[in-house]
Amino acid sequence: MFAEDIYTLSTPYREDMSVKGYHFGKGEQSACIIGPMRGKGVQQMYICSQLVKTLKELESNGCICSGREVMVIPVVNSYSMNIGTNFFGVEGEDINSQFPGRTYGDTAEQIAAAVFNRIKDYSFGIQLTAFHMTGESVPHIRMVENGYQNSSLANLFGLPFVVVKKAKPIDTKTLNYNWQSMQTAAFSLYTDSNEKVSVKSAKQALAAILRFLTRMGIIRYESHSGYISHVLKEKDLTAVHTMCGGIFRRKAKVGQDIRYGDAMAEIIDPYRGNTKETILAPTDGIVFFAHSESLIAEGDLAYYLVHRLHE
Amino acid sequence: MVKTVFSIGLSTGENLVIKKNRLEGTGGHGKGKKVAIVTGIHGDELEGQYVCYEMVRRIKERPELLNGVVDVYPALNPVGITVANRMIPKLDMDMNRMFPGDENGTSFERVAAAIVQDLAGADLCIDVHASNRFVKEIPQVRLCEEFSEKLISYARHMNVDMIWTNATETVHEATLAHAMNSMGVPTLVVEMGLGMRVNRSYGRQVAEGIFNLLYELGIWKERPKHIQYPVLSTDGEVEFIRADCSGVFIPAIEHSHFVKKGDKIGEIITPVEGKVEREIVAKKDGLVFTLREYPMVSKGALLARILTDIKTKEGE
Repeated sequence: MFAEDIYTLSTPYREDMSVKGYHFGKGEQSACIIGPMRGKGVQQMYICSQLVKTLKELESNGCICSGREVMVIPVVNSYSMNIGTNFFGVEGEDINSQFPGRTYGDTAEQIAAAVFNRIKDYSFGIQLTAFHMTGESVPHIRMVENGYQNSSLANLFGLPFVVVKKAKPIDTKTLNYNWQSMQTAAFSLYTDSNEKVSVKSAKQALAAILRFLTRMGIIRYESHSGYISHVLKEKDLTAVHTMCGGIFRRKAKVGQDIRYGDAMAEIIDPYRGNTKETILAPTDGIVFFAHSESLIAEGDLAYYLVHRLHE
Repeated sequence: MVKTVFSIGLSTGENLVIKKNRLEGTGGHGKGKKVAIVTGIHGDELEGQYVCYEMVRRIKERPELLNGVVDVYPALNPVGITVANRMIPKLDMDMNRMFPGDENGTSFERVAAAIVQDLAGADLCIDVHASNRFVKEIPQVRLCEEFSEKLISYARHMNVDMIWTNATETVHEATLAHAMNSMGVPTLVVEMGLGMRVNRSYGRQVAEGIFNLLYELGIWKERPKHIQYPVLSTDGEVEFIRADCSGVFIPAIEHSHFVKKGDKIGEIITPVEGKVEREIVAKKDGLVFTLREYPMVSKGALLARILTDIKTKEGE
């Protein structure tokens, strides 16, 4: 293993922020795994740190395949990580909305450009990321539909679901979209947590990445075969919105198999304590995403369901 | 008359309400045209507040001069404005990347969709922004190249200092302006001043420009005096000056100042060492139309923008 400083930023009153890449094996740029660009992505950083630890062991045991090289960037935005904010710098820029970046652009664009120039030639790109909405989702691989996506390859992670999302204008500045545009087979990996470490789902994510690297002939590693992924389009998920705002008391959990008419949650009046709304399942299915905060507004997304799918 | 455009419940004893003031003149219906003035998509941009005030005040003062409808929307992101948050609080998302919205989507996607629906059918929409709190801007209209040919005929009457085609992301896809222009509602984006501040002089200048445009459209009967015509520019004529080191930026010139090549614009200092880290000089002649106000800078921070090769002033 060797570490590389991909980008270094100096500021007057803090130590330099260095974006570090950890390399394993030698040869063709085979796979790059990149951690959070937002400062609250602690789970994603944890998974990357465990990956660095595991790959180091595998490398010392001669288990990185000959002629293959893997890079892991555990965290891009460590400055925000240290102050508990999501976005970068005083301007509050989302680095994952700056790709492919500009070498002579503003600071966040320069960071994005430096990272992107270093990782764009890898054959496979795996980004550990999280929903912009506060909530939990079943572990899955997500990819943007821009003509270059390959959902068959995404199956090889062995996670329960692969979601293909139609690109919106805002997606065109993300790493996943730009990676795919540069012919890197790019995947975004989601677990059920973001700000807090969830050891169980982190292990599942780590196993999925190692499984994928094994199946692509990059490492030698014995692991369980995982799931045969269910591939679905984001637009086919059934959205369950609230009819009113209040205190959100969740009953249905992520991954739960529910039936039409089941009570999934209650909205409690924050002043009087009565139930303002009982959210009923509009269809049979698996809970794919669940709102996780205690408060919720009218019209907010409470759940996504995978329509008519059972365990 | 103040009307509710859209209302949706928040979690605790409050609704998020989008309001507009519909001003109908007593000067006859004229050609029956409707113009919308919107502001406050970004909660830290307050320059539009004064423009809205001036528009409502002056129309109420002389309703006989108006022979059409002017709708004024002073706060499209009301919760953001209340706490000076550029984004939508809690969501941490830029509302001006959510248009045209989705009437069956999340709460703010519904808000965005309702705004678009309410603006549909207007003959013209003017979206008033301020700069952010980091750089100060002269009054300008920003146009997306895709629609610039049609929009420039409106923008030239706006009494602004410049028109910048293909400027920044404020006019690109997923913005309100792009959504409305795509729907056939000509929509201009005005930028001026500084975030979290109101510059009364700029506000008056833009309000005067809007009245001039209303006059040109035939729904305001009195032509404003002393209207200026803007410099036209594209990206190629704008020189960006960015910090190439970190430190504290101290400007050496005033904003909206003409400079010659080699003139000093400012310096980046390091207080702890008591030295000048960089001296920032102009590489071309031109007008400094953007100047940094927030002193702390890191590598890549925008310090100034210079409009070079100024050659076209219409109407003069």
